[in-house]
Amino acid sequence: MALAVGCRARPGKARDNKTGSWRVFKPIFDHEICSKCGTCQIICPEGCITEDAEGFFDPDYAYCKGCGMCAQECPKDAISMKQEEK
Amino acid sequence: MLEITEGSMAVAEAVRLCRPQVVSAYPITPQTHIVEALAEMVANGKLDADYITVESEFSALSACIGASAAGSRTYSATTSQGLALMYEVCFNVAGMRLPIVMTIANRAMGAPLSIWNDQQDSISLRDSGWLQVYAEDNQEATDLHYIAYKVAENPAVLLPAMVCFDGFILSHTYEPVDMISQEDADKYLPKFVPKEKLDAADPISFGMYATPEYYLEFRYETDKALKDAAAAIRTAGAEFGKMFGRDYSALVEGYKLEDAETVIVAMGSICGTVKDTIDDMRAEGKKVGLLKIRVFRPFPSEDVAKALKGAKHVAVLDKNISLGAKGAVALEVKDALYGSAVPVYDYIIGLGGRDVRKKDIREVVALAEKGKGDQFIGLRKEVL
Amino acid sequence: MADKSCELFDAGHRACGGCGAALAARLMLKAAGPNSIVVSSTGCMEVFSTPYPETAWKVPWIHSLFENASAVASGIESSLKKQGRKEKVIVMAGDGATFDIGMLCISGAFERGHDITYICYDNEAYMNTGIQRSGATPYDASTTTSPAGSQSFGNKRPKKDMPQILAAHGAPYVATASIAYPNDLIQKVEKAINTVGPTYVQIHVPCCTGWGFEGEQTIAIAKLAIETGLWVNYEMVDGKVTKAKKVVRKPVEEYLKTQKRFRHLFKPKRQDAEIAAIQAMADRNAEKYGIDIKIAKKE
Repeated sequence: MALAVGCRARPGKARDNKTGSWRVFKPIFDHEICSKCGTCQIICPEGCITEDAEGFFDPDYAYCKGCGMCAQECPKDAISMKQEEK
Repeated sequence: MLEITEGSMAVAEAVRLCRPQVVSAYPITPQTHIVEALAEMVANGKLDADYITVESEFSALSACIGASAAGSRTYSATTSQGLALMYEVCFNVAGMRLPIVMTIANRAMGAPLSIWNDQQDSISLRDSGWLQVYAEDNQEATDLHYIAYKVAENPAVLLPAMVCFDGFILSHTYEPVDMISQEDADKYLPKFVPKEKLDAADPISFGMYATPEYYLEFRYETDKALKDAAAAIRTAGAEFGKMFGRDYSALVEGYKLEDAETVIVAMGSICGTVKDTIDDMRAEGKKVGLLKIRVFRPFPSEDVAKALKGAKHVAVLDKNISLGAKGAVALEVKDALYGSAVPVYDYIIGLGGRDVRKKDIREVVALAEKGKGDQFIGLRKEVL
Repeated sequence: MADKSCELFDAGHRACGGCGAALAARLMLKAAGPNSIVVSSTGCMEVFSTPYPETAWKVPWIHSLFENASAVASGIESSLKKQGRKEKVIVMAGDGATFDIGMLCISGAFERGHDITYICYDNEAYMNTGIQRSGATPYDASTTTSPAGSQSFGNKRPKKDMPQILAAHGAPYVATASIAYPNDLIQKVEKAINTVGPTYVQIHVPCCTGWGFEGEQTIAIAKLAIETGLWVNYEMVDGKVTKAKKVVRKPVEEYLKTQKRFRHLFKPKRQDAEIAAIQAMADRNAEKYGIDIKIAKKE
């Protein structure tokens, strides 16, 4: 890729950086308990939690940094942080 | 159309003819007449631009960055302390490759405070990546603005340009100036249509940061663009010559240079005084000549070396000094002549508006021919 | 109405896990939508989102220098006006860039009345350079340039009241918000963007790395700041406070003890006088903005 004049770029390349590799703890989402409130999705700093066809939520583990904010804020305690087996 | 007009007015009119969409400037002596004239033009509907009355020079150039990145042709003007306040922004503009054109009404740097002319201000920013041109008279000052925009906006260049003309000596002096028509200006300088701009239809991130992995390459590319701009200047200058009869394709200009034994090298309005002195001395049989440098960045090393190779003595007039070292122009001329046997002598002259007279030029020639250089001309020892 | 499903801030950015500022950027962009141009100052957000050639911004974006985002935004607004374009111009800058080094430019931009929206993400120190004190650092917070020590309780000055300063410039809409209440944040940013003239929203973004707490606590701590009255969420329209979030107030200690930057107020010895001084500040905020929910006592 040629060097961009003036140090500029179009969007897209940030996604090449798989920040999921940063994780120590991994959030596990329990759909049995989930009330579909959407809090986790709105507060994730990575914006990597998406809603599925049934209205449940799941993180994209390629980018999830395991910060634990979703687990902390989930009003139903449907998310638990587990040490990741690497 | 030929008019007798004040330098600042001629420059303001040239800027008007270039149709900037955004003017962002802060007043500072001796540039004020330019920015006042432009404000009046906007107020009277003669210039269709948004005029931002910024709160400092730092903001003036910063606002130009925003406007230029968003796709507008922009303009600013400053001098001395104001230019120094823009120091950080100047490097930023060049690195971001934005084709902003700015007039510098050259003025001395404080301390001590001085409102009068020398070239320390713009010369001290020679590292910044801006094109730099120096006008000998108000005609050149005027014409160089059209050429500056054309070169800056050239997609192969995309670098900002400083058009420098001596404060008070040129800015506040009435001279005959030929102004081109709006129709001709539009023909020479078409609308600014950048390939990339801030645009929701095609989002781009401008001004990202570069890690050590990339920074060196960005600097290499910017340096290359500035050096390659010499070709763009020649083309744009030649085109101007074809359209208007005044050719600006040369980066340097010789005056009675062909058989000159002592050559004076100078930039700016001082060249007028030098030319008059040369005429007098030639009438006395002395073989003197002038090499005028019009384009200081990119520095025309090869042109300078070629022009000076036959000289017996080269006397560089520096209206600046790199404190603790020498005059900046002399250092670059010496570099251009590196390896040749031509001696180069440096003379610091005209600082802070000190008048330069024909007898000062004669003194310079006499000193150069005696092999004495590296000194201040006109130093008032009685005051020391 | 903002399309909250819109994601205009790509994952893959390099913010710390649990970063309040990254969340603020995401939420701000939901309010702004794709027809925006964002101007960032130098700082954490700019650095973690744009290492060449990776950029997380899916809207047009520009970074120039640390202190000139408002001036750059002024130039963009001016240019768009001349071109007849309708994109919204939004500045996203940290507290250091806003309260301190950028003071000149923000004052000028607001005085000239440009139609821009200035969002300050306030993590209360110069975080990107390693947690140094800014004009937004609260009283007694320990930073690397205002460290707590045997001769010092940390930062000696209260927070500069930036919202009031900008309201005094005639800003038609000024608000404070917090990532603790994302929907309120989005609403306020939307309102600011849709108000003509220079508008300001200051967003409280706790910083786990700089304040010293675990990343998962970011929202919880932002809530405590509001519940103790040390941060007030309010709106000002044409210089008058129109709304402030009411709380059943908790003692400031509950907020202070969660963060390492205030640990010196508790260890090795509890500093009652200092805690009382901070409590007095919270009490003054409560009085000034009328945030206390009064629970009526049965006579």
